[in-house]
Amino acid sequence: MGGRVGLKGTDGKEVLVKALQLGATPVSPVRATEALREIAHAADQIEVLTYPFDMGEQEARSCGLTPTVVGSIVRGATAGVDTMNAARDMVQHQVDLILFAGGDGTARDVCESIDQKVPALGIPTGVKVHSAVFAINPRKAGELAARFLQGEVSLREAEVMDVDEEAFREGRLSARLYGYLKIPYQKESVQSAKGGSFATLDEKTSQDLIAEYVIEKMENDCYYILGPGTTVKAVADKLGVTKTLLGVDLIKNREAVGSDLNEQQLLKLIDQKKVRMIVSPIGRQGFIFGRGNPQISPAVISKVGKENIVIIATTNKLSLIGFGRPLLVDTGDIETDQMLSGYTRVITGYNEETVAKVSH
Amino acid sequence: MIQDHETGYRAVVWNEPILYQLDRRGRRGFTVPATEDEIKAKAGDIISQIPKAMRRSEPPRLPALSEPEVVRHYIRLSQQNFGVDSGIVLGVGTCTMKYNPKVNEALARSPKLTDVHPLQDSENTQGILEIMYQLSKWLCAISGMDEFCLQPRGGAHAVLTNAHIMRAYHELNGELEQRNEIITPVLSHPCNGGAPTVAGFKVITLYPDKETGVPEVEALKAAVSKHTAGMTITDPYDTGVFDPNIQEYVKIVHEVGGLVAVDQANANSLLGRLRIGDVGADLCHFNLHKSFSTPHGSHGPGSAPVGVKEHLSKFLPVPVVKFDGNKYHLDYDRPHSIGKVAGFYGVIPAILKAYAWIMTMGAEGLEETSEVAVMNNNYLVERLLEVRGVTLPWVEKHPRRLQEARFSLEQMKEETGVGIDDVNRRIVDFGIQKCFTSHEPWIVPEPFTPEPPESTPKEDLDRFVEVFGQISDEAYTDPTIVKKAPHNCAISKIDATPSKDPNKWAMTWRAYIRKRK
Amino acid sequence: MPIHPYIPNSDPETKKQMLDTIGVRSAEELFSTIPEGIRFRKRLDLPHPMSEYEMRRRIEQTLSKNATSSELLSFLGAGCWPHYVPAVCEEISSRSEFLTAYTGDAYSDLGRYQALFEFQSMLGDLTSMEVVTVPTYDWATACGDAARMAAIATGRHEVLVPRTISPERLSVMRNYCGRVAEIRLIEYNPQTGQLSLDDLKSRISSKTAAVYIENPSYLGFVEAQGHEISDVAHRHGALLVVGVEPLSLGVLTPPGEYGADIVCGEGQPLGLRMNFGGASLGFLACRDEERFLSATGHRLITIAKTERKGEWGFTYVLPERSMYAARERAASITGTGAALCAITAAVYLSLLGPQGLRELAETIMQKSHYAMKRISEIRGTKVPCFESAHFEEFTVNFASGMTVRDVNRALLKHRIQGGQDISGEFPELGRTALYCVTEVHTKEDIDRLVDALQEVLK
Repeated sequence: MGGRVGLKGTDGKEVLVKALQLGATPVSPVRATEALREIAHAADQIEVLTYPFDMGEQEARSCGLTPTVVGSIVRGATAGVDTMNAARDMVQHQVDLILFAGGDGTARDVCESIDQKVPALGIPTGVKVHSAVFAINPRKAGELAARFLQGEVSLREAEVMDVDEEAFREGRLSARLYGYLKIPYQKESVQSAKGGSFATLDEKTSQDLIAEYVIEKMENDCYYILGPGTTVKAVADKLGVTKTLLGVDLIKNREAVGSDLNEQQLLKLIDQKKVRMIVSPIGRQGFIFGRGNPQISPAVISKVGKENIVIIATTNKLSLIGFGRPLLVDTGDIETDQMLSGYTRVITGYNEETVAKVSH
Repeated sequence: MIQDHETGYRAVVWNEPILYQLDRRGRRGFTVPATEDEIKAKAGDIISQIPKAMRRSEPPRLPALSEPEVVRHYIRLSQQNFGVDSGIVLGVGTCTMKYNPKVNEALARSPKLTDVHPLQDSENTQGILEIMYQLSKWLCAISGMDEFCLQPRGGAHAVLTNAHIMRAYHELNGELEQRNEIITPVLSHPCNGGAPTVAGFKVITLYPDKETGVPEVEALKAAVSKHTAGMTITDPYDTGVFDPNIQEYVKIVHEVGGLVAVDQANANSLLGRLRIGDVGADLCHFNLHKSFSTPHGSHGPGSAPVGVKEHLSKFLPVPVVKFDGNKYHLDYDRPHSIGKVAGFYGVIPAILKAYAWIMTMGAEGLEETSEVAVMNNNYLVERLLEVRGVTLPWVEKHPRRLQEARFSLEQMKEETGVGIDDVNRRIVDFGIQKCFTSHEPWIVPEPFTPEPPESTPKEDLDRFVEVFGQISDEAYTDPTIVKKAPHNCAISKIDATPSKDPNKWAMTWRAYIRKRK
Repeated sequence: MPIHPYIPNSDPETKKQMLDTIGVRSAEELFSTIPEGIRFRKRLDLPHPMSEYEMRRRIEQTLSKNATSSELLSFLGAGCWPHYVPAVCEEISSRSEFLTAYTGDAYSDLGRYQALFEFQSMLGDLTSMEVVTVPTYDWATACGDAARMAAIATGRHEVLVPRTISPERLSVMRNYCGRVAEIRLIEYNPQTGQLSLDDLKSRISSKTAAVYIENPSYLGFVEAQGHEISDVAHRHGALLVVGVEPLSLGVLTPPGEYGADIVCGEGQPLGLRMNFGGASLGFLACRDEERFLSATGHRLITIAKTERKGEWGFTYVLPERSMYAARERAASITGTGAALCAITAAVYLSLLGPQGLRELAETIMQKSHYAMKRISEIRGTKVPCFESAHFEEFTVNFASGMTVRDVNRALLKHRIQGGQDISGEFPELGRTALYCVTEVHTKEDIDRLVDALQEVLK
């Protein structure tokens, strides 16, 4: 069995293949079903693959879909490894989209096993999620999935987060960028007939513009600490310097000095040197510094100095976080946090900036 | 329960061919004025005077029709168009679609206006110069500014003009290199950011606070510096919210040496109530085709005079109309002027119509205009919120709006899958013009922005609400009718694939024919 | 409180009903969101309201102080030209459905989309270009847009223009280009007025985004070297931008056929009365290449199909915006354009048709030729200043010693408005005026001018 990618604009039936899996930990079937119902509308055009029983089969059938069931599990005793197996199987079957229900944990499992080979989208199931790979609600997840499979929306990269939930509940922010997934993304392509732009810029173009602007302003013989995330990576890409997607790297004069550095290595390299830092808010909540990124510690921040920290973010990103919502910092040191708080400039494009609130 | 889509309205449907499909070789619709024999004789084969390479070898492939055929074609097209005179257009907010008085149209047809060349000796154009001068004076009185230039053709053009004036001001002070930033709230018209970019500035955008719908004063304080050239702002915003911090903003920007330019596209709410010059604005503009009753013309021509305080007068585009107590003349002797932003002096017909409107309405009339416009809008807000699925953003902080309001259909979209694009395609089935949504970016989700100017009868407002309610019912019971709309219009659902496909798009008939093969 | 004919809800009963529904006692309460400290509490310094009759009478009286171009036999052109406007044009442009509409989709506003598409199509055929954008304000702003487009499409920052360019258009072009392109002037041949190819070749480089020429020139002559200039420009990777007066294209080769990448121009001659310079129409056309479409800030209306067979629809084109274009935010300053003028122009072109356009252009050339010939017979004049073919305008040099100002003053006593004084704009030409003769000038009119000039220059 193989999947065929649906062709845009052809007459007649298109057969599109999709895969459904639920995370290994039991989740509310109601939410998953809500999402699936949106796909059931286009059932004759979409082929559904799923794992047995409550890892997807039940929910699919309850919507009137006739899924192809693959894989095997021990019913009632599923774990993260089953999620990963399911995801790998889906990739093997060359599905067009993996729709998964669960929380950040499930997202991480999917992320690790598919390595961005196939697009994916998360159905949020009531657990607090920090990853940006989830749709706003189950219904929107289903709607977006259906539209993607019908060729109507495009893809963008979104962060998968690793957040210490307990710490978060206690008011501590221990967040780490875990990885990325490509998710369907509803670009607001709106015709404002009276004036205004034809279409909102897509993420990549926005990031390119920010990168070009940042690079123009870079100084010679100055070290630049580059934080995690795709927006910062876009700067490195434009410079032609390799950068780790998830880690903290150091460059100078358009050349890599060190990559995926820890706090000690960083401190050693920037000691007594002229240094600036370029960072970007991560995840749905817009974390800039968190205890999950121990590399950029209060010591590093103090060496760099607030005025040398450059925050970059696309307008799309700020919109996702929510305009007017503050960007978050939690370095572990209250004084550093307070120093960083308040209104800060954020670069959003070429020669375009905004001021955003930063708080802890 | 709505059974069918009988809405009491049906559009004229002519299926009128494209003009090229009506081409009748050999017919003509116009006889060219004859050339006298003696002139012909003296001219000889005049065409051969043109160097061969520049001589047209074949006549252009234009369609040929007789006069009655041309008339019928365009009359039919006009019947398939929808203006303020046709029906309810109050959904088109930020455009101030008010009634265009017919007497002003008649006046603008006077040969004493239409057949005057702009470069005629001013001795023979005192009439129009007087009107231009007087309109500028009246706009000063209305706005509290010191001088106006009537040259810009539209709002975006005016904002660009003002951005250039700001540049010139700072350049003269030797501070242009240092002052390279303009700050603007995102809910201002996009040209408030776009025009400064074209003029070479860096734009700092302020986003509204979630609760209040306006930027925080602290945000502006953080944004200003010695690099600030100025701020551009539309107040009230297109959301209908008046930014109460405006005076504070002016103070903050002035304190760092910047200028404040106010986009008065939404001035219909402020006539006689607030003068932006008094609040401290250094520059502003008005849209004559909005607040001042001149027609929209199916998308132009518009007219947007810019006003400045005295310290910026010297930078205004040339020429400016001056009066020496006896005669009017065009003053070009302005060495600091930014030059010209368009040919000649401005959209003269619009200038005349605005002048006539102000003369008709007088001070009392302008006050009545803003009062009734704001009353109309708040009545609409009150009644529209009764419709299921409609919400008003920032409703706690701003239950009242000025002359327009931005609503959201997000609730309806969540609950029924029907959003504003669907509703806009359905509402035209009722003989009502679709709503303006919002400029980008969409801060408010599923937005729509109606604006009922003072010329809107109460019955229109009630009818609009009634129809909106009916569409809401349809969305909540069986959305198919809405999703598959329009049903009663001149055409059915447009296949928009040419929008994104270079092999299909065609801006001319010749391109269409070529690509069709 | 006055009840005004334009304000239906100003009657007290309706007002009360509405205020009750809102839940306020007076409309004043609705302005409470404006801080009291900045409220204007006086009465505006404007006249009292007036009845339609009074207002009309006053304005007609004011306008009577103007003299029209027929009362005062005028030979002015220079960017605004006298042409006969067929009655059908005004019949259609005063249709209130066109006059009072604005931004509906093609569902409710099919008429304006189709009329605009037809305008675009006819202009495309006139200029031999496949893409015509939604029109803009006038030629000046259109050529500013064209220069920006060229800079953005090529990534280069210099535009070369002839020294004979209209000074108004040059000023606007400079303002409109903003920081994207610098405008540089190329010399012209003093005998012929034609662009100096030598100077062009020496000044053009890999920094040049475009070469812009006007045809006919602001000074009235036909630029004969279109092909050559196109070659030079393209050899250096620059674009050719041509600005035109569209009626001339009844007899002149369309720019699309000598290599133009972008064409701009003034649509006022297409059915719009002069209106003191206030009825203008800027058009912009280009090749159907994505780099141009991404670079233009203007909307693009495309024809489309609908669900029903045989039906025409219209929608906007959304080209992928190049990063450079995004950076310059080209689209963000688009606003209300000049649609009604474009619809009028469409009507005009459909009345004239291919034959009519050719005949009209021919007539114009014949009449202006006659005028040039007859004026040149007067001692102390040199007409035209340039040895080239001319279309509807020509330069008249007064070697007699009188300034153009004085000549025109004297002509006014004969109730004649002489040509535009360009002595200040082009001091190298000496005492020179720009005269315009079109199909509206009869032989008697031209003879009258000649007689008066004869008298004045004695």
